[in-house]
Amino acid sequence: MFEKAKLRDHQYLKKMSTIISANDLSKRFGAFTAVDAISFEVKKGEIFGFLGANGAGKTTAMKMLTGLMRPSSGQAEVAGFDVYRHPEQIKRHIGYMSQRFSLYEDLTVRENIEFYGGIYGLGFRQLRQKIRDLVAELGLGEVERHLVKSLPLGWRQRLAFSIAIIHDPSIVFLDEPTGGVDPITRRQFWETIYQSAERGTTVFVTTHYMDEAEYCDRISMMSAGKIAALGAPRTLRETFQASSMDDIFLAIARGAQ
Amino acid sequence: MNAIEISTIRKQFGSVVALDNITLQVREGELFGLLGPDGAGKTTLMRILTTLMLPDSGYASVNGWDVQRDYRSIRKNVGYMPGRFSLYQDLSVEENIRFFATLFGTTLEENYDMIRDIYSQIEPFRTRRAGKLSGGMKQKLALSCALVHQPKVLFLDEPTTGVDPVSRKEFWDILSRLKDKGITMFVSTPYMDEASRCDRVALIEKGRILDVDQPDRIVARFPYPLLAVRTQGDTYRLLQDLRQQPWAHSVFPFGEFIHVALSAPVSPAQVRALLLEKGYQNPEAMETTPGIEDCFMELMH
Repeated sequence: MFEKAKLRDHQYLKKMSTIISANDLSKRFGAFTAVDAISFEVKKGEIFGFLGANGAGKTTAMKMLTGLMRPSSGQAEVAGFDVYRHPEQIKRHIGYMSQRFSLYEDLTVRENIEFYGGIYGLGFRQLRQKIRDLVAELGLGEVERHLVKSLPLGWRQRLAFSIAIIHDPSIVFLDEPTGGVDPITRRQFWETIYQSAERGTTVFVTTHYMDEAEYCDRISMMSAGKIAALGAPRTLRETFQASSMDDIFLAIARGAQ
Repeated sequence: MNAIEISTIRKQFGSVVALDNITLQVREGELFGLLGPDGAGKTTLMRILTTLMLPDSGYASVNGWDVQRDYRSIRKNVGYMPGRFSLYQDLSVEENIRFFATLFGTTLEENYDMIRDIYSQIEPFRTRRAGKLSGGMKQKLALSCALVHQPKVLFLDEPTTGVDPVSRKEFWDILSRLKDKGITMFVSTPYMDEASRCDRVALIEKGRILDVDQPDRIVARFPYPLLAVRTQGDTYRLLQDLRQQPWAHSVFPFGEFIHVALSAPVSPAQVRALLLEKGYQNPEAMETTPGIEDCFMELMH
């Protein structure tokens, strides 16, 4: 019965064209307004960049969108579910990957896939097939039974991403996924993102690297709790008369001071 | 005498070679950048130079002092800003500065001129606990504490990692101004775009130095003509298609453009025509100049 319900949801989601919609979404902690009435939409299959300095409200906004925190006011829907009424459904239908919260280093590659597959409710046969697919696609045949901590960082990243979408979510949230790795590995990771988006998965990514903003179809920049810029990188560069995303960021940050 | 002298330094952790016979010199008064990703060996090298770790073999000196024999002299006379925020979170800004000044046998007042440029920006918050400062202010405090005893050589280990672009830019502005005081600065960073703010840079990957020179000289040595290509949408397919071409030595995404290093002569017009033929929307191609990141990836290959 659960399987049938999931299939119904899945088919419904496939028809949706807006995966995230936020309207005047706000979060207040006492007298402090962390997120100040933000409104935006993310379309299916988009690569959407969510940028902003630390303290701008990015993390709080993401927590509300991923069902981890209840908003103070405003509305938001993610993958067809209301953030107030169905946060648990949101968690089941999205993927999530972050720098700090990722794979278990002291489990093998295979054990990690099995573990997360299980958490996301994949059936036994489905999971076995998934393991085979993932191992083949990522070329992990030789290291399937090795501990994750023995893998180079770049492989781990791509594995963590594949695991984050193991249950075929319509949207995956990536929280600063490419910190510190070498430039080639960083780009390989972005190619994995491109491939995913091509297959119809919407990607919501936060990053500190302003040049990565350029890989996105559209971006939003938060400053002091508000969205200060929203649109395609090229359009924003024209609007702000800037030659790079960095310059836009500087212009916005100065404006806020 | 070079401010920093490194000769065939080697360091291994179990089976991992963190530093593989590194040789490097940093001149007095230079603003020197060590560029490389996580795991390249940057922090290991810095710990050896600040005498926090012994090398397995090789020789290094700071200001003429041997890192193994003369570690006491090095420790009294260098400033060090390590990777994470290293100060006392529960002490105030002022308490932290005074603590470090005392450690080095001096006072804040005696050295105020040295750190005024930086410290004046956080002085209004001097009674605030260090743990409550924003990322950018923490950086400034850590830098002030590293400078309060007027060191001759300053070591900064990834001082701008994880910090927003505004603070990053401001931080490098501060470092540029410190050059006037004649301090030698050895800065490590994973951000390739920061190379242009250094006098010279060393590119490091997996414990090996790939190249050392002034940033513009490194760029001048890039061995292939470079094209910037883009189309409207279809980026994934474009990457695969370009890679199939016999004239493409390397194909890497660079924001909205794809950089193609050419192994055979091909004109932008030819590339555009090819892409139109393959059904891409609005293909664009133009010659472009490589940056440090292009060079780094080519050297890594």
